[in-house]
Amino acid sequence: MGEPHKTMQLSGWGRMRPEPCRTYRPERLRDCAPVFSDPTPDTLIARGYGRSYGDAAVNAAGVVDMTRLNRMRSFDPVSGILECESGVSLEEIIDAFLPNGFFLPVTPGTKFVTVGGAIANDVHGKNHHCDGTFSRFVRELELLTASSEVLLCSPESNADIFWATVGGIGLTGCILSAKIQLMRVPSAYISVDYHRCANLDAALAAMEERDGAYPYSVAWVDCLAEGNTLGRSVLMHGRHAEPKDLDRRQADRPYAVQTAHKLPVPFNFPGFFLNSWSVQAFNNWFYNKHPDLEHVIVDYDRFFYPLDSILQWNRMYGKRGFVQYQATMPLEHAAGLTKLLEALSASKRASFLAVLKRFGEQGPGLLSYPFKGYTLALDIPNHGDITQFLRDLDRMVLDHGGRLYLAKDACMSRQSFEAAYPRLSEFRAIKERLDPKGRFSSSMARRLGLTVQKEAEHG
Amino acid sequence: MADHNNLSRKAAVILGGASAVARYLALEFAKDGYDLVLADFDRDENERIAADIRTRTGRRCVPMFFDALAFDTHEGFVRECESVLGQAPEGVVLCFGFMPEQLAAQADFSLARRSIDTNFTGAVSILERYAAIFEARRHGFIAAISSVAGDRGRKANYLYGAAKGGLTRYLEGLRNRLHAAKVAVITIKPGFMDTKMTYGMPLPAPLVATPPQAARVMYAAIRKRKNNVHVLWFWRFIMIIIRHIPEWQFKKMSV
Repeated sequence: MGEPHKTMQLSGWGRMRPEPCRTYRPERLRDCAPVFSDPTPDTLIARGYGRSYGDAAVNAAGVVDMTRLNRMRSFDPVSGILECESGVSLEEIIDAFLPNGFFLPVTPGTKFVTVGGAIANDVHGKNHHCDGTFSRFVRELELLTASSEVLLCSPESNADIFWATVGGIGLTGCILSAKIQLMRVPSAYISVDYHRCANLDAALAAMEERDGAYPYSVAWVDCLAEGNTLGRSVLMHGRHAEPKDLDRRQADRPYAVQTAHKLPVPFNFPGFFLNSWSVQAFNNWFYNKHPDLEHVIVDYDRFFYPLDSILQWNRMYGKRGFVQYQATMPLEHAAGLTKLLEALSASKRASFLAVLKRFGEQGPGLLSYPFKGYTLALDIPNHGDITQFLRDLDRMVLDHGGRLYLAKDACMSRQSFEAAYPRLSEFRAIKERLDPKGRFSSSMARRLGLTVQKEAEHG
Repeated sequence: MADHNNLSRKAAVILGGASAVARYLALEFAKDGYDLVLADFDRDENERIAADIRTRTGRRCVPMFFDALAFDTHEGFVRECESVLGQAPEGVVLCFGFMPEQLAAQADFSLARRSIDTNFTGAVSILERYAAIFEARRHGFIAAISSVAGDRGRKANYLYGAAKGGLTRYLEGLRNRLHAAKVAVITIKPGFMDTKMTYGMPLPAPLVATPPQAARVMYAAIRKRKNNVHVLWFWRFIMIIIRHIPEWQFKKMSV
């Protein structure tokens, strides 16, 4: 018995390997403590909207759905600091504050994530090369620990716990609330410059040359192109549009955007829906649709969240799901990207969406993902022997000094993980100190040996 | 954070404001420019929700303590609301309720009584006071969350259903009385809602509304001054069928 719960089949957004999870959903902040001290589940993990692709928020013994803890506490329009419970979604923040000229200083490619999830994965956006990750704008957070204490953590106090919690995929405790810094923007629109690059080398050169001039930069990559056109790309560089850049209708109400009608994907598409021909056709259309144009005015929703207008787009990959693979390699090993793209192109594993970006400097989060280099994110449908294929990719990434993103990963081996995250031992020490019995755990934590040693030995 | 500053500001009182659906209903009012009093028995949660509404919308939202069972405090509550808002509210929305576990309430009269006192007597006590104000002023609305459980007595929850059924009849009479004064009375029957109460119950998903979804429907119905509202259209048909099963048959059923 204990707290109300139900058993749900949960997986990551990639929908591979769902597990029946005993799920709790506290409605109020004060319901949290009884859930987290309920002795029935051995282990627990907090979960938001389930947008992590792999098993970061999957845990058969106990999952705590945090989405009902979404009260905003205060907002100071002078400092731009918002204090809210961790279940508030980025969409809710935009809806409440964009009309007053404030926007998220860092946003991932979907607004359907919670603040808690954004912190626990230390998410990044198209402006990483200028502004770093989400945690740079977290002023303070409340952490409910395994000993049922609520710790206030910030870069100033409990700093070691703070930097273990950002990017710590929920394993240091449950993030209850946070103070985050919002940013003033001149409008709800982005002025975008498009630049086509015939192949990967051209794309990398163009990014190096142009990124400095724009706060936002990302490239869409055609993963099926081969030979001379391997890695042909459309570069998208953006900056917040000033009122003078807008047409009259937009300039009259610069913060009012009619968000796109949401199109649901009501059921699993057949597994063959996205195949190398259909994706090739899409890629050709996309490449040809974007000639080099400057100062194209696009609303924030289409620029930052193009896939959010298709609800549950992950169903397009069919019942078996897909893997989202994001690898980052240091600038000097950009050749590794070519190898990766060659392997992908040769295997004809259609990646509907491939995104390339040049990261800026690494932040202080112990397991925070981005570091200075090139990052490539792709979808790989779950067909055939995907495990072996991914192992081959993992080796390529490791050989080139790169690593994978925990928010995306579903398959990486513990060895690859340990080799790629140099500050792991610091993280483990803090985890051991805060949570010696391994109360906070997940399928990912057990797979990667991120929980306490005892459990890892017999797990 | 809207900044229209009308001379006659719009204001409403939400009773039982700390429930999930009341919270989102209050948010709909605030987004539409209403100042609010949020009244609830649960002081702590009520304050959190009032802060949430203020933060999201920039409107005034004042948390106040309200105990549906303390009938003799209701007159004072109405006056205090008026002084807080600087005027009588345009309308009032009743969202409080108490659902005892049926078997427990059969065994313990105090639970049955609490259901009747909260869902029926408490509602009548507070709404009569607003009815008098709105009738004299010839303007306003009274909306209340009743329940499909009140449409027909069932063994599974009649000690709740009877009280809500009483509320539904009361609202019907009130609507009839206030029609001449151009005051709208809106009876809301939500059906299943995805809240703590139903979490973990094996309910068919299409019959369950999320609190924000329910609140949008309710708000639209209040704006349109409807008489009776189901949150999901499906419930209307289910209840038509349930109401039309002959009693000789219904008494044998377990629904």
